Amino acid sequence: MDVTTPSPRRGQGEGVQYIELYAECREMINSHAAPLLNEPREKAYEDFCRLGLPTQKLERYKYTNVAESFAPDYGLNLRHIDIPVSPYKTFRCDVPNLSTSLYFVVNDRFYDKVLPNAPLPEGVLVMSLAEACVKYPHLIEGKYGRLARSSKDGLNALNTMFCQDGLFVYVPQNTIVERPLQIINILRSDVDLMVNRRVLIVVEDGAEVKLLFCDHAIDDHQFLATQISEVYVGENAHLELYELEETHVKSHRFSNMYVDQQRNSTTTIDSLTLHNGLTRNRTDVTLSGEYAETRMFGCVIADKKQHVDNNTLIDHRMPNCQSTELYKYVLDEEAVGAFAGRVLVREGAQKTTSQETNANLVATDTARMYTQPMLEIYADDVKCSHGSTVGQLNNEALFYMRQRGIPLDEARMLLKFAFVGEVLDSITLEPLRDRLRYLVEKRFRGLLSKCEGCKLCK
Amino acid sequence: MLEIRDLHASINGKEILKGVNLTVRDGEVHALMGQNGAGKSTLSNIIVGHPAYEVTEGSIIFNGQDLLAMAPEERAHAGIFLSFQQPVEIPGVSMNNFMRAALNAKRKAQGLDPIPATEFLKLMRERRKIVELDSKLANRSVNEGFSGGEKKRNEIFQMAMLEPTFAILDETDSGLDVDALRIVAEGFNKLRKPETSALVITHYQRLLDYLRPDIIHVLIGGQIVHTGGPEVATMIEQGGFDQFINPTPNPQK
Repeated sequence: MDVTTPSPRRGQGEGVQYIELYAECREMINSHAAPLLNEPREKAYEDFCRLGLPTQKLERYKYTNVAESFAPDYGLNLRHIDIPVSPYKTFRCDVPNLSTSLYFVVNDRFYDKVLPNAPLPEGVLVMSLAEACVKYPHLIEGKYGRLARSSKDGLNALNTMFCQDGLFVYVPQNTIVERPLQIINILRSDVDLMVNRRVLIVVEDGAEVKLLFCDHAIDDHQFLATQISEVYVGENAHLELYELEETHVKSHRFSNMYVDQQRNSTTTIDSLTLHNGLTRNRTDVTLSGEYAETRMFGCVIADKKQHVDNNTLIDHRMPNCQSTELYKYVLDEEAVGAFAGRVLVREGAQKTTSQETNANLVATDTARMYTQPMLEIYADDVKCSHGSTVGQLNNEALFYMRQRGIPLDEARMLLKFAFVGEVLDSITLEPLRDRLRYLVEKRFRGLLSKCEGCKLCK
Repeated sequence: MLEIRDLHASINGKEILKGVNLTVRDGEVHALMGQNGAGKSTLSNIIVGHPAYEVTEGSIIFNGQDLLAMAPEERAHAGIFLSFQQPVEIPGVSMNNFMRAALNAKRKAQGLDPIPATEFLKLMRERRKIVELDSKLANRSVNEGFSGGEKKRNEIFQMAMLEPTFAILDETDSGLDVDALRIVAEGFNKLRKPETSALVITHYQRLLDYLRPDIIHVLIGGQIVHTGGPEVATMIEQGGFDQFINPTPNPQK
């Protein structure tokens, strides 16, 4: 594969090789991307020169060494060379009842050679971001880069510098998309690869949509994927967004998601990490209108030396909003988990209700969990709670089950499954919930040790 | 069926059982009585293989098998069941899934295929009636939010599902009102078969009035100090345990 590789320089500040790469390749990058994506590039470059890659000295990056993930020599496909793959063949969906409109994003490119047959409601767009920038610039302008500011986060800056494509989802006013949209992100390459993907989701006033993202890696190479998502949820709009990661141990994922919610809107974000190498998910939700509601769930199952770091912020800017957050981790072997969740209730955000819970099961002496729930309140009439627990499997329960004849391994599995069950129950899409229960059980039984294509579909 | 020989056992280094001998034959119901701390629950925990207890001496033979060499789940598959004094709550695991896992594990050990779903549900329905348990139970988590009486009835229900050959009832009567006690005891009696045996641990005669044990043992200070027929329960009710501590009881007491 013809790819561009940054020359590694270490000890000169974090991420210098990416500054050099950009300086060398800016024209090539621009010539294979849309003008709207090129516009903020130089500003992002300046920001990245100033910020560099985030270090662990930054509060929000305390638990993950970013530079280490970015140090290896990855190739970048900046010339937009077609990578041979036929996802519809590889990922034939035969899950009963999980009828979704199925789309693929291969690395950072939207796959448009074959598209689902079922028509979308009028005006709804699910397409390449680059193409949308050309065809529907008025829908992108003022939205791209507004929530994910390159001046605030080195990863935002880096992604904006290199971003050439990604996904655009648009649901116009008062439009209800009944059929869930399923987007499968495939990492596919013949060499170690870095991917900078961008996602823009616009759900206009009164619109409703359910999105399911499945992340997979189908080749036995090192992958580093950055994904920056900006999500706009209008007044009275409803969004359910599920993210399932099922990659492999050589896959590193850095995702920053920014959600803005207007008045009376509801959003559910469910993030499930079933299999990975290193994952860092940052999710920032801003409640910009009154009576908005956010529900955030996370489920992490990690073993070996897997690393999963979820870092969240719920920003209550207006009164009468509600947020709930529940993250559960099951860590085995030498896995490392981190959860840092900040709930910020700003001055004047009266009648806020907020509940934040992080519960963790650490099954071995060698696995580690860092948990940091944070509640910051500047209003005086609110109802907020936060808490976290770290524990082991209940030995008395294990013995009780064994006395009934259930073998130890099975008993452990049942207890772990019960532990994360609460998160799976939050999934309102019933076929998805059943499918995930099945996948989680397989994962606990050790039958999901590597990604063999989309387990959700096969 | 069950033969315990010179059993010594300790927990956290403290010796609780100091040479227990006990033989239960097929079809017999034995009762074990004794003061708090005498070692009754220790004995039952050792029979089922609780990992917290250490056997320092002696043997337990169950139907010709060396019980002490078996894992707790293997003992269960061999037909041993304990009705727990304090049944454990297991949030998130439904009674349905729990019973199915237990039943299928036993079937697997016997070389049988998993029980078909409809047959399983039918069995659950039937056996529930024995202890008059609510039908909502199946979807509830194991013992979670159950009242004291429901927990004990649930123990007997599980016994009905698993059909053990040797059951231990560890203070199944504690915390039960008269009606619940009757339901539990009658449930147990319905499950009795000529080839099944039981060891009933209790402080009170009331449960024994229902169960009518063949043999009653008195356990004091980690040893069985007296063994007799049903009359022993009456002796205890009238004269307490002191008469067994002092081999020549004072009739004035």
